[in-house]
Amino acid sequence: MTPSLSILVIDDNRIRASIIEQGLRDAGHDKVIVLDQMDGLVRRITEIEPDVIVIDLENPNRDQLEHIFQVSRAVRRPIAMFVDKADAGSIEAAVDAGVSAYVVDGLKRERVKPIMDMAISRFRAFARLNQELEDARSELAERKVVDRAKGILMKSKGISEDEAYRLLRRTAMNQSRKIGEVAQSLVIASGLLMD
Amino acid sequence: MSAISRQTIVAGFLPLLDCALLAVAASRGFAEAEGIELKLVRETSWANIRDRISVGHFDVAHMLAPMPIASSLSLTTLAVPMRAVMALGTGGNAISVSGDLWRAMKVEGAAENGDPLSTGQALARVIRNRAETGAPSLHFGVVHPFSGHAYELRYWLAAAGIHPDRDVEISVLPPTVMADALAAGQLDGYCVGEPWNTKAADTAGARIVTTKEAIWPGSPEKVLGVTAKWAEANGDLLCRLIAALMAAANWCADPGNLEELAGLLAGAEFLDCPVDWCRPALVGRLRFDAQTEVNVPGFLSFGGVERHCPREDHGLWFYAQMVRWGQARFSEGDLDLVRQTFSPALFQKALGTDGVLNASGEGTGSTLFDGQVFSDQTLADHIAGYVGQAG
Repeated sequence: MTPSLSILVIDDNRIRASIIEQGLRDAGHDKVIVLDQMDGLVRRITEIEPDVIVIDLENPNRDQLEHIFQVSRAVRRPIAMFVDKADAGSIEAAVDAGVSAYVVDGLKRERVKPIMDMAISRFRAFARLNQELEDARSELAERKVVDRAKGILMKSKGISEDEAYRLLRRTAMNQSRKIGEVAQSLVIASGLLMD
Repeated sequence: MSAISRQTIVAGFLPLLDCALLAVAASRGFAEAEGIELKLVRETSWANIRDRISVGHFDVAHMLAPMPIASSLSLTTLAVPMRAVMALGTGGNAISVSGDLWRAMKVEGAAENGDPLSTGQALARVIRNRAETGAPSLHFGVVHPFSGHAYELRYWLAAAGIHPDRDVEISVLPPTVMADALAAGQLDGYCVGEPWNTKAADTAGARIVTTKEAIWPGSPEKVLGVTAKWAEANGDLLCRLIAALMAAANWCADPGNLEELAGLLAGAEFLDCPVDWCRPALVGRLRFDAQTEVNVPGFLSFGGVERHCPREDHGLWFYAQMVRWGQARFSEGDLDLVRQTFSPALFQKALGTDGVLNASGEGTGSTLFDGQVFSDQTLADHIAGYVGQAG
């Protein structure tokens, strides 16, 4: 049996890093190290001597990392993932997902590909999760602003809550705008008038 | 709705002062006037710029001038033939050192006006003194191995007899962390674009000792990079983009727009930093340290077709430095690839300046601060002199 690969995950987003770490462990990789601090990056890499390095594309230290690998005099010298042009699809998938990887020279493609595929799918899942969270947040914010706009209408026009809501909705439809936008304009306008 | 639909161009950039042409073209109507919707995407590393232009996420990108050469010569990963179709400005970099190192250099007679000859020689004496007392090597930072910053720092050191790989240590760091690394004593100096020297002068007790403009006057710093494939498939669109960026460049060069430009670049979309950090480079009056302001005319310049037209001899200077420091092995065939990469042809076609600019042949060349003349005619001599210097 071949010895298991040591994998270093560099990501200052701790939640995402732990999602990847878990995925790798579930896939049977027991040598996974996560770095979320960029201080002493070079020293840590020389200590850890990883076979595979996974790094997120938002990380501003990629140029530094690549330089370290380039001038490294060590035998186990990491090179960029997917240097083979035949891997164009994989490169695109990785960049799309926002992840990049480096592997020590000479490591067989078949051993690294599943790790990369896993990282890509976890990155995608994380991005999706983030988007859902963002949507939920803006939905909540919209509900709040609509409530405020209804209150303003009820007070100034002496109408019921239902009537206030219908008025907002009708205005939004007539102007082909979102109800949240109309409510927002009303809240701002009313704020200006009150001052 | 206009009759002609606008074409979209996606451009990647790094938040640095010389993203100015892209920022202005996109936000002040110059791209629109050419029928282009210019979408700017801010990036965090040059590696990302390289990867994303290579997989087609970006049509064009703000690049370090040597990057398209490194790509065309397959010196990097994901290498594809690239073109530098326009220079996005000249100058903009400076070399800063820590307060401690500056005091040592001053004892050795370093000029206060940023004269590279004097400051380089003073640094060489400091390094010799340190070697005699067994002090550790000085540690310098640059932003990328294939960058003007790296070659300017190395050129300045080597001209003073300091070997950049044997006598000092050079590391790559993101520009945003340079000032902190200097303050923490992890670096003794660095070469970086503005506003990262001003930031270190303000917050880390650093001192500017010389500038790119003093080392290699009028030299290009960033370029508009594009894959050869995209350039060929989108010739007309690219010409219109060059025209839009040229109009933006002339807008940037107008002193009347300086305050607006500083405000735009300092904004959250771009550098997201105090506007006070953006002014010194744009005005050409640098804070060498917290107490000293020095006029550096042309420190960072935009405007005029001669400045923005790519020049083959500029590309060859970068290539010669790659050979000098062991990043590339010299070959006659590569000279042609470099010339193609920095060809002025498309720029001249876009602006109808054929014949006005003689950017590739005789009469061009650069004189560096140490008196060396670099041109097509002297190229072979320089290359011959550079062989064996690396390592």
